[in-house]
Amino acid sequence: MSDKKNLKAKTGNEAMAEAMRQINPDVVAAYPITPATEIVQIFSQFVADGLVATEFVAVESEHSALSACIGASAAGARAMTGTSSQGLALMYEMMYIAAGLRLPIVMAEVNRALSAPINIHGDQSDTMCARDSGFLQIYCENSQEAYDSMIQAVRICEHPEVLLPATVSTDGFIISHCLEAIEMLKDEQVKEFVGTYKPKHWLLDVDHPFTLGAIDLQDYYFEHKRQEIEAMRKATKVVKEIGQEFGRKFGRSYDMLETYKLEDAEAAIVVLGSTAGTVKVVIDEMRKQGKKVGLLKLRVFRPFPFEDIREALKNIKIVGVMDRHDGYNAYVPPVCSEVRSCLYELDKRPKIASYVYGLGGRDITLEMITGIYNELLSGKISAEVKYSGVRE
Amino acid sequence: MANLKELATRPELLSGGHRLCAGCGAGIIARQVMMAAADKPVVVTNATGCLEVSTTIYPFSAWKTSWFHSAFENAAASCSGIEAAYKALKRTGKVDKDIRFIAFGGDGGTYDIGLQSLSGAMERRHRMLYVCYNNEAYMNTGIQRSSSTPLGAYTTTAPNGKVKKGKEQVRKNLTEILVAHNIPYVAQTAIGYWNDLITKVQKALDTAGPTFINVIQPCRLGWGYSPEDTVTLGRLAVETCLWPVYEVVNGKYKINVKPKEKKPIIEYLKLQSRFKHLFKPENESVITEIQRNIDEHWAWLHLMEEDTNK
Repeated sequence: MSDKKNLKAKTGNEAMAEAMRQINPDVVAAYPITPATEIVQIFSQFVADGLVATEFVAVESEHSALSACIGASAAGARAMTGTSSQGLALMYEMMYIAAGLRLPIVMAEVNRALSAPINIHGDQSDTMCARDSGFLQIYCENSQEAYDSMIQAVRICEHPEVLLPATVSTDGFIISHCLEAIEMLKDEQVKEFVGTYKPKHWLLDVDHPFTLGAIDLQDYYFEHKRQEIEAMRKATKVVKEIGQEFGRKFGRSYDMLETYKLEDAEAAIVVLGSTAGTVKVVIDEMRKQGKKVGLLKLRVFRPFPFEDIREALKNIKIVGVMDRHDGYNAYVPPVCSEVRSCLYELDKRPKIASYVYGLGGRDITLEMITGIYNELLSGKISAEVKYSGVRE
Repeated sequence: MANLKELATRPELLSGGHRLCAGCGAGIIARQVMMAAADKPVVVTNATGCLEVSTTIYPFSAWKTSWFHSAFENAAASCSGIEAAYKALKRTGKVDKDIRFIAFGGDGGTYDIGLQSLSGAMERRHRMLYVCYNNEAYMNTGIQRSSSTPLGAYTTTAPNGKVKKGKEQVRKNLTEILVAHNIPYVAQTAIGYWNDLITKVQKALDTAGPTFINVIQPCRLGWGYSPEDTVTLGRLAVETCLWPVYEVVNGKYKINVKPKEKKPIIEYLKLQSRFKHLFKPENESVITEIQRNIDEHWAWLHLMEEDTNK
């Protein structure tokens, strides 16, 4: 624990850029996009002022941003990027490749709705569409988590049992542009925590040349994919270990998920990102009125913390899962689908209600969340997905 | 400049035993480029394509130097990242060697889907040599038209038929697009001019900036000829002035090969089945147009050479 709190007022974007400055990666390649632009803009200034040793590549597209990061990481560099929405969509092809080549690239990602219609505000449709890419996904409730998670993500991704890339996400504008007081670590604390990137094989190690990105057909592809799957499975343990180590050193511990007043709750909400903060306010209010409500905040969605979710929800009667994206499967959205699937293993399962909210940055208010809790507590839920705050 | 004796003693960074077709020009180009590059450690980036799939079938690799591939449209962007990593790691002392960077792409990966990535890398002045092995169509997926496919050629997506005469458009001039990037070194060459290719690769690798070489590459499958004619066709492309061998060094043009006698384009076209339909009487006008385009471009190139060397 640091002796004296180093509190600074930072927006989510500033917090992520500051984390990147302190991580001081070898290469950053990025392209501007609202609402993530500031991250690379601020970082470019750090480069211009000589505050980092990073080679900054101002590429001509997000596809090239991730391609350059992949090249840099394969070459032996610690590489980072940042983007949002359409930018992430343009990266999808390369996301699978970054993961498949087992390159530990950390991406600062700001959740924004996908076009069409074009919209610049926050929802999670961009990263939800990349949930099968092989990237770890960390969703942040606030700027502090964004800052802390960026630093942890470097260690998690580069862990020899993981070697996968990650997105660290904040909700567009809600967190990215919201000024909050965050506790920053000292530069040398971050430097020591992240250490240096020591890949086993790297292209610039020309005395030990190797081929990376070979064509891999029926006889080997499956084994390589199986290893990638296993790495994602092992990542759960690593996320927890690094989160605990961070806590021991700096006083803020992290896990795959966080619960809030869940132990004795009769009804619970499962949500990820900034809405978790709003839900906590509602819980405090409703608890004053004697209503037993609680929260399960999913911090990490990839890997999916199925065991922890089962453990946390096994005694809850009724659970509402809130998705800020609809998967267009005409059934239930992704977070609800996966939460429900993992609870199927329990002998006594909670009832599940599904809510889609906040698409395109539509406000999610205290009243709306209170309404969801009251609906859950009444037990009158339906199998149909409910769309909160939309004009039907 | 190199001589064959000296060349034969150089290490082969692309070994034999790869799975390119018999008579494939891409293998010839890559082998000669790597021979020219063998003076210094080199990291190769490859766009998806024939060269990539045929030289690195896991768990085998024909490459004796560090080699990287990630996708189709991004060889230049990937190479940018590798070169950026090199600069960063050299600063921190993790790398102490003088390393060179070469990216290979076919015409599909260079003229079309990879053009943006290439343009970006050139504009950002990454020190790399980008070599386009230009076989004038998407040969890896089975001979589909690209923006490098010449007028009149048969491809599977611009075939000739009852109402069509093959590709209806002239190819775009990528070499000149690269010249317009104001990079220090841009060149064209052809299979069959090994000394020219090797000299150009060495010049490019000695240039502290982005460089580009466009090599026309006969493809026996897509062009439709016997495997032993690859070099003949490369030479004919130059002797007919269809594909001038020239270079642009800091904006100054130099035509490196000026055939004593310009052969008529028919001599080149008639050896390839992709142009067979042009020899029907009703398609003669296409051949006339091809010849006219060649004559105009050849004259224009001489003007450029004269103009930029005044």
